[in-house]
Amino acid sequence: MSENSGRRRPESQPIVQLQGVHKWYGEFHVLKNIDLSVAKGERIVICGPSGSGKSTLIRCINRLEEHQRGHIIVDGTELTSDVKNIEQIRREVGMVFQHFNLFPHLTVLENCTLAPIWVRRMPKHEAEEIARQYLEKVRIPEQADKYPGQLSGGQQQRVAIARSLCMNPNIMLFDEPTSALDPEMIKEVLDTMIELAETGVTMLCVTHEMGFAKTVADRVVFMDGGEIIEVNEPYAFFDNPQHERTQLFLSQILQH
Amino acid sequence: MARLSRQQYAPGDHPDWEPPASSVGVLGWLRANLFSSWFNSALTFLGLYIIYLVVVPLLDWAILRADWSGDSREACSSGGACWVFVRIRFEQFMYGLYPSSEYWRINLVAGLMVATMAWLTVPRIPYKRYGVVFALFFFPVITAQLIGGGNFGLSEVETTRWGGLTLTLILAAAGIVAAFPLGILLALGRRSQMPIVRAFSVAYIELWRGVPLITVLFMSSVMLPLFLPEGVNFDKLLRALIGITLFQAAYIAEVVRGGLQAIPQGQYEAADALGLSYWKKMGLVILPQALKMVIPGIVNTFNELFKDTTLVLIIGLLDLLAIIQAALEDPKWLGYSIEGYLFAATVFWIFCFGMSRYSLAIERRLHTGHRR
Repeated sequence: MSENSGRRRPESQPIVQLQGVHKWYGEFHVLKNIDLSVAKGERIVICGPSGSGKSTLIRCINRLEEHQRGHIIVDGTELTSDVKNIEQIRREVGMVFQHFNLFPHLTVLENCTLAPIWVRRMPKHEAEEIARQYLEKVRIPEQADKYPGQLSGGQQQRVAIARSLCMNPNIMLFDEPTSALDPEMIKEVLDTMIELAETGVTMLCVTHEMGFAKTVADRVVFMDGGEIIEVNEPYAFFDNPQHERTQLFLSQILQH
Repeated sequence: MARLSRQQYAPGDHPDWEPPASSVGVLGWLRANLFSSWFNSALTFLGLYIIYLVVVPLLDWAILRADWSGDSREACSSGGACWVFVRIRFEQFMYGLYPSSEYWRINLVAGLMVATMAWLTVPRIPYKRYGVVFALFFFPVITAQLIGGGNFGLSEVETTRWGGLTLTLILAAAGIVAAFPLGILLALGRRSQMPIVRAFSVAYIELWRGVPLITVLFMSSVMLPLFLPEGVNFDKLLRALIGITLFQAAYIAEVVRGGLQAIPQGQYEAADALGLSYWKKMGLVILPQALKMVIPGIVNTFNELFKDTTLVLIIGLLDLLAIIQAALEDPKWLGYSIEGYLFAATVFWIFCFGMSRYSLAIERRLHTGHRR
């Protein structure tokens, strides 16, 4: 608890709000009555067995997936099929993917400046200056002129984080950011994410890295079968899981 | 070698050795590629013999024993190729029935074309963006004004007098420039979420791919005027051009669609997540990768388009092949069809080969290391 107590209490105004969200893939009911509200500056880790709907959940927040019932309100704007709303929300929400999804035909620097220039209409030199600052922050400024294909997985994922940050987002979504990495590269990406967490940006992170959850998360959300089973502060969550499915999950992943 | 290989090194101390001499250099290449087994050696010699059988008589006929000078068929007495025929008719092959006093206009356009191509293709020349704008918007207008005439004190030359290589290049260039963007739009339309756009694209592509180009050209030249109201009549060349463009756009669309399908879903999602709108996502992220991937297919289609322009001869336009065929009918030069067709083939080959080399150069320049 001692590590946890030093943390700033999240402000009360929710920046992401999900109310009774349901989603189906065809006949398959992937998200069932999801209620979750995330305060500004809060850091949430979402975990659960594969197929539990955790990726789908955060992909609904920037409308990479469409929800069919319920309300999702991001930064005061409700997600509807209105393209204007969707694009506005996406500008404020950064996302980091499992497979990095860097643009292979652009250099690292161009990957980072693309959206600021074309979405924010920022002058090129200003966008490049900001991009170099963020590349410095993720500790790969020297790779700016290389292409993604020339970098290691860990470096690519850090570029992907820098690319999102260049849009100066209020909310960052991470969809299993370390799952596709070799073990020795996981740490460099997690370190970057921990540093990012200290800047006060709102983070929603789907991950199996329980150490990261313990260090960084304000709350841990456990999902199974498309439902939120349990939400708790990390130490209570790991030390004293309430629900038996949570206990089973934790016993399975912490065995090794 | 034997001495070296027996020498023992402590673990971690082994120096780098040169590769064995027999595996590198010309000798290594010959051994690996031509003489790797007795069977392959036999094939190599057989291949060389066949080349000898074909190439030597051809060179003998086309160059060594050929007749080059003179101005009538009497000059061709050596039994080799009679290039006199091609030489005498050369201007017609290049310019068609264009008035010879106005050849300079075509030459000027040709010079301008070479300069524009150099602007676009030589990497060292700057301001490529303006080059593209010039090539797409100004160059066609200048070409039409210069060759067509009618303004700026230039005498008007009707399109029926355009011909030869000039006409072939005009058809091919205009067809490529117009069909390419249309094809891209159709490919995007076919993958669109909007059912009507998608249905239209699918119908368009399947319709145009289902008819032969000859039919399209016949329709445009013979049938279309029947449907148009009295008095409305536009140029036969323009109609042929529209036909070729609409036809080839369907093929380009399918090639581009292949590229679009090869782009991983993650690229679309990453672009979406950054807030790029549909057109920016396509223009900045998806199409640059998709088009790069299908350069071979696109060039293949352009190549076909270039050669398909010869079909305009059936609607009475005198492109390079048609004008050569017309020249072969000349009683003074009967019997020299081999020379004529060989000349046509060579000209077509030069342009197609140039296109394919250029596309290889682009592919190399756009290569950005292996994908993830």
